[in-house]
Amino acid sequence: MTMILKELSEATGVSGDEESVRAILLPAIREHVDEVKVDALGNILALKRGTGKEGLRVMLAAHMDEVGMMVVSHDGDGFLRVRAVGGIDPRLLPGAALQVGPDHLPGVIGIKPIHLLKRGEEQQVPSIEDLVVDIGAASKEEATKLAPPGTYIAFATRFREGSVTVSGKAFDDRAGCAVLVEIIRGERFPFDLHAAFTVQEEVGLRGARVAAYAIAPNCAFVLEGTVADDLPKDKDSSPTTRLWHGPAITLMDNTFIAHRGLVRLLTDTAEALSIPYQFKQPGIGGTDAGAIHTSREGVPSVTVAVPCRYIHSPVSLLSLDDFNNTITLMREALARLTSNTLRSD
Amino acid sequence: MRELIRKLVETYGPSGAEENIRAVIRAEVTSLADEVRVDPLGSLIVRKQGSGGGKRIAVAAHMDEIGIMVTYVDEKGFARFTRIGGVFPLTCVGARVLFASGVTGVISVEGKRDDPGRVPGFEQLYIDVGASSRDDCPVRVGDAAVFIQPFAVQGTRLIAKAMDDRIGCAVLIETLRRLKHTPHDVHFVFSVQEEVGLRGAYTSAYGIEPDMAIAVDVTRTGDTPECYPMAVELGKGPAIKVQDTGMISHPAVRELLVQRAEAGHIPYQLEVLEGGSTDAAAMQLTRAGVPAGCISIPCRYVHSPSEMVDERDVENGVRLLLEVLQAN
Amino acid sequence: METISLLKQLTEAVGIAGREAPVRALITQLWQPLVDEMREDKLGSLIALKKGTDTSAPKLMLAAHMDEIGLVVTGIEEGFIRIARVGGTDRRVLPGLEVTVHGREELPGIVASRPPHVLSEEERKSPVPWDELFVDVGLPAAQVEALVSIGDLISVRRETVELKNRRVAGKAMDDRAGVAAITLALEHLSHMRHGWDVFAVATAQEETGLKGAITAAYGIAPDLAIALDVTFGKHPGVSEPGVWPLGEGPTIGIGPNFHPRLAARLREVAEAHEIPYKLDPLPGASGTDAWAIQVSREGVPTALIGIPLRYMHQPVEMLAAQDVERAGRLLAFFIAGLETDFLERLAWETSTDESER
Repeated sequence: MTMILKELSEATGVSGDEESVRAILLPAIREHVDEVKVDALGNILALKRGTGKEGLRVMLAAHMDEVGMMVVSHDGDGFLRVRAVGGIDPRLLPGAALQVGPDHLPGVIGIKPIHLLKRGEEQQVPSIEDLVVDIGAASKEEATKLAPPGTYIAFATRFREGSVTVSGKAFDDRAGCAVLVEIIRGERFPFDLHAAFTVQEEVGLRGARVAAYAIAPNCAFVLEGTVADDLPKDKDSSPTTRLWHGPAITLMDNTFIAHRGLVRLLTDTAEALSIPYQFKQPGIGGTDAGAIHTSREGVPSVTVAVPCRYIHSPVSLLSLDDFNNTITLMREALARLTSNTLRSD
Repeated sequence: MRELIRKLVETYGPSGAEENIRAVIRAEVTSLADEVRVDPLGSLIVRKQGSGGGKRIAVAAHMDEIGIMVTYVDEKGFARFTRIGGVFPLTCVGARVLFASGVTGVISVEGKRDDPGRVPGFEQLYIDVGASSRDDCPVRVGDAAVFIQPFAVQGTRLIAKAMDDRIGCAVLIETLRRLKHTPHDVHFVFSVQEEVGLRGAYTSAYGIEPDMAIAVDVTRTGDTPECYPMAVELGKGPAIKVQDTGMISHPAVRELLVQRAEAGHIPYQLEVLEGGSTDAAAMQLTRAGVPAGCISIPCRYVHSPSEMVDERDVENGVRLLLEVLQAN
Repeated sequence: METISLLKQLTEAVGIAGREAPVRALITQLWQPLVDEMREDKLGSLIALKKGTDTSAPKLMLAAHMDEIGLVVTGIEEGFIRIARVGGTDRRVLPGLEVTVHGREELPGIVASRPPHVLSEEERKSPVPWDELFVDVGLPAAQVEALVSIGDLISVRRETVELKNRRVAGKAMDDRAGVAAITLALEHLSHMRHGWDVFAVATAQEETGLKGAITAAYGIAPDLAIALDVTFGKHPGVSEPGVWPLGEGPTIGIGPNFHPRLAARLREVAEAHEIPYKLDPLPGASGTDAWAIQVSREGVPTALIGIPLRYMHQPVEMLAAQDVERAGRLLAFFIAGLETDFLERLAWETSTDESER
């Protein structure tokens, strides 16, 4: 199961440039679905028909894109000027190893050496406008030819498998994609399953919005890799989610409020089968559910996520138990989903 | 109408957990409607079929109120929280909140602060529900609470939490009660989740496909000490919205509201609101667009636990809405 | 029509977001002889159709916004008019500005400013806050009350001027320049054959949230869309990436908001017809109608042609007439060259049909 996660994690797919991720997902799911297509924005929309017992249209979504950068200009000495695609903390960029463009040219970001700093300068945080990416080009012309404006840049992080955890880039949301692949590869459900591997979540939940419109589902589950901030802190405060405490269910974030019936379905299932689970700290972040739940006449939705430390940084970390429990919880909860789950009164 | 208003404002119903208020409203309207349904996100839609020859009109007031949601319970049983909708730290300190289970809490602020004079951030606030540890704390992550203040009457002024927008709900219900004749197919929408992004109105309008949409919500006033200048005052009549942060009223809808107010000799004010929007902004953008406007009830102290309206404005709001719905 | 006089007509017309009627009437007149059908949608966008020769008629939507930023009356105090902005009006350029108050009559007004003699050092250091800005129409209070109401609009009163090198400056170049480019394209197309149906849209309320584009796109359900808007022009103090010199051609947007193959086709057309252009890399939201149209219904492959503009949202917005002309020609040649099955070329490489590999 970690093979697909490794492949997905190492693929480059910054928002707007998800081609390589599609190239892994399409062959991975093709034999397990009845229909598949790629829409106008690049979303993969796949249908796995149900056994016919439940007449629901159920959407499962995971986003293919990762945060990264884009080349916007070149300076005289052959350095690339860049801007963030999606949310990146610029403090994580100095010292980063990168892959530039479709040919994955190696690039680095370095800053003024500590030896040369004046008093007080080490306190300053360079903004992304101040940083440059170095691909070793000797001139502006060479840099422009190798990495023209619009070239996408991703982190160059190798996936590593430990005994209980794995590390790599883009677990937000290649972890969610891997979970969705495993669900698709399993048994049919009582209802039609509409899987959407979406584009451009990181720049505004863009792909999910049009995918939901096309599918017109009765309900939606969004699969994510989410913030785990369980580092030691002085103050007794929320870790958002914690590793080894199971899949994290979103009750409310900045983009939507989860349908309580779907939340109950997940928690009842988890409790019945002794699957650990947690609630993500309400009010943090946003997911494709934000775009899906306001589609057409409204779609009851919920997000289930694998806790990941250091998301939106060059290397994230997740627990294999959490990853596997997320797959199990989703499979089991979906098997128990009926139209009663969605009733409001 | 006072009893109706009191009942509505005192019911629990933060965004995303509107079941209770929906049940209360449903009980008030069922006998008056031709059709009652609940849509996928939970908005209550009450249809009054007209005599024919008119338009399909959506009239919306939101059922949800602002509140807070528990984000973490610490070792000692104190709860940290985030806001549901436009809640401000300034109105939280010292406030009392009520959870769906009936648990009451008090919000206070951390003692150790770098600058005690400054307004605290949410991360410096906490709720005390009387627990002594995480294990005996009666609330958990995800529980939502609303602010509590009892309904009070002071002359013609009515004071309560959740006037925004239970007062709009009251206007809709009272209008439905008094509506004898209309040529229009009227869909009264008691929407969900307005406070977190106009979500219920947006999806309800998609389902209804109205020819025209009117929201009934509160607006601010410019009649309190050293406030931001605004030409709306309590007691001078309902306000007809020109624009707010989220939308520009369709000129024809605004004109219609003005004409009906003048025809019915109803006092009214014109409103430009800076810093806020309503369900009308969402309904305006559904599908290929809907001409939309808004009747606003002037309200002081919006998004505080003691919102104040004038019942004459409420009564005139009902009269104005009736004028609009009864005419061709 | 001659470009500079077209620009002058369009920019001097009034059309503030939400109440675009005057400029819509002008554009209707300009487009009437160039298109087959026209209608106004629910939010006030003007939608014109120029039919193509294809029977299968795939649809291309062109969008440029006709609304401009402005001010609205929020109150009257002692004969002075209180104001709020409609769209992103920049308060730094307001004091001393000549305006028109569209009340019961069109009243000339001035945005009041207190003379430096009476202001403290502190006060002179920052722009005047909104609640201290007033418009003075030079009339006694009673007359002002009679002629002006809350909700009346106030527009910038400014004649558009031609400067050296066919540079033109005035208010509302954002985005009457885009409307002008579409107009020029339609003129070219009246002498050219094209297969696709072209929906030329002068959108409403872009400045207040891309609203006209949202509803117009839903109504038309196009297969492809190109937005024409202004982009940032280079001048001292403004030289970061994303800022373009005047007179060196329009920009073509690249990034997540735009379909890469659609942008590539625009580049090919520009090169084939020797139209200079610049690639504008945009890593996220473009801030234009293209952002709204791209996510309409099931998604629309979208492109953006940008006209470099200095001093955006100020009454002296300046562009090069040549860039508007080039945008118009680029559009016309693109449309004329659009083959019926162009959409198939936009399918993402990883198609689902094995046989296509």
